[in-house]
Amino acid sequence: MKILKIVIVLLFGSILIYCTLDFPPWGDPRAPASLHVSPRYIEHTMEETSVPNIVTAVLADYRGYDTMFETIVIFTAAIACIFLLRVLRRREPERLMYRHIPTGLTLRIERGFGPPPDSKDFERIDLMWVPYDLIIKTGSRLIVPCSQIFALYVIAHGHHSPGGGFQGGVILGASIILFAISTNLRSSFTRMSEKLAVLLCGLGVFIYAGTGALCIFLGSNYLDYSALSLVLGVDTVTARSHGILMVETGVGISVMAVMVLLYYNLASAGRHDEGL
Amino acid sequence: MIWQIELIVLLIVLICGIGALAVKDLLGAAILFGAYSFMMCLLWAIMGAVDVAFTEASVGAGISTVLFVAAVFRTSRKTKD
Amino acid sequence: MNELISFVISKLNYWVYIALMMIGLYAMIAKNNLVKKIIGMNILQTAVILFFISIGAKTDATIPIIMHGHAGERHAVHAADFINPLPHVLMLTAIVVAVATLGVALALVIKLYQQYQTLEEDEILDQLRNE
Repeated sequence: MKILKIVIVLLFGSILIYCTLDFPPWGDPRAPASLHVSPRYIEHTMEETSVPNIVTAVLADYRGYDTMFETIVIFTAAIACIFLLRVLRRREPERLMYRHIPTGLTLRIERGFGPPPDSKDFERIDLMWVPYDLIIKTGSRLIVPCSQIFALYVIAHGHHSPGGGFQGGVILGASIILFAISTNLRSSFTRMSEKLAVLLCGLGVFIYAGTGALCIFLGSNYLDYSALSLVLGVDTVTARSHGILMVETGVGISVMAVMVLLYYNLASAGRHDEGL
Repeated sequence: MIWQIELIVLLIVLICGIGALAVKDLLGAAILFGAYSFMMCLLWAIMGAVDVAFTEASVGAGISTVLFVAAVFRTSRKTKD
Repeated sequence: MNELISFVISKLNYWVYIALMMIGLYAMIAKNNLVKKIIGMNILQTAVILFFISIGAKTDATIPIIMHGHAGERHAVHAADFINPLPHVLMLTAIVVAVATLGVALALVIKLYQQYQTLEEDEILDQLRNE
């Protein structure tokens, strides 16, 4: 059986190698991939959209329809993860662990007994408890706000440097995941609850599709940002640049919420009480 | 594009890729996969695809590795394979 | 003989990328553990993205960001000076799709583990046959 699998893989590989015999040599400027549409994109980006980063201009303006569906795909992945994993009806857990803060004593409460009285001296800790670590908490307390500012910079500066909506959204999501890992998952739920994350997820897609619909209301085609010059009061070239910025903001918000939701559901296996 | 650097990074990519599939500990496989993602990001930066390299650095070496470690934490860590 | 060597050297890059793709495909088919299969899927996806990016590379060309002076100064832009940006755009979408599939695949793995208490494919098939 293993021989058959190796034979299949080798056969497939040799077919692909046979297909590369017709390829142009590596790095040829006259390769057919670079001859038809992309010279037009390279030469006319600056005068039609005034965005120096050609990849961002093509992604959000010339091929904006594809990017809208990509945002919808990642939104669907978050919804699918919620549907697969989330359990709402909570069984009573096997054991809970509480820690008495003044003395450092840990209580382990088995099934059937109630939690200790609600005074401020007891805090709930995870079953696989890691002792309080000063270095990790201080380090992440310094890194999380700085990385969020950097992520906002990446989204806003995507016109002039590598970056854009997707990269900035991932870094924003990663900062929230860092906070959830360094402290525990429950304190991250008090700051960014699941309801807020799902709402932001839909809001991002709504901003993207809504910009396109706004262009229809103003009399032009769907996702044709030059129609926004009527609302914003600038000429068509700058209006396209601002349209790209609006759309990238929508993508960034949606991607941040998706990363946070994926982590919440995977780390707690749907139960949303304890985590990594 | 200096071809010596590209050759070394390509070799490291191959070794990390085969290593992530051959170790018997799933946590080690997840970390090796993070290293493979980061080496791919360097390879694309060498070829001049800076946007794609930025995306792969944040997504592959960041989010993907964290999701793998979270999934390994919730399931088992040993494998016989 | 010289011709053969120069031919091999010009195509060697593509063959290495195809070897990487085949490693990922072999892991998806032949490994028993589910998490190893998912790692193989990701290796296959990133190798395909690498292949596409390598098509757009040009010798002696710079990254696809136009250097501009202060507003109003425009140089002539030649297409042969910049790396082809179109594969970059398509591959950005491909990376997003890869991370989306990874999230859903890991959710499925966790659900399977809760049901069958194992991650090996042959043990899951045995349990299914004996039910």
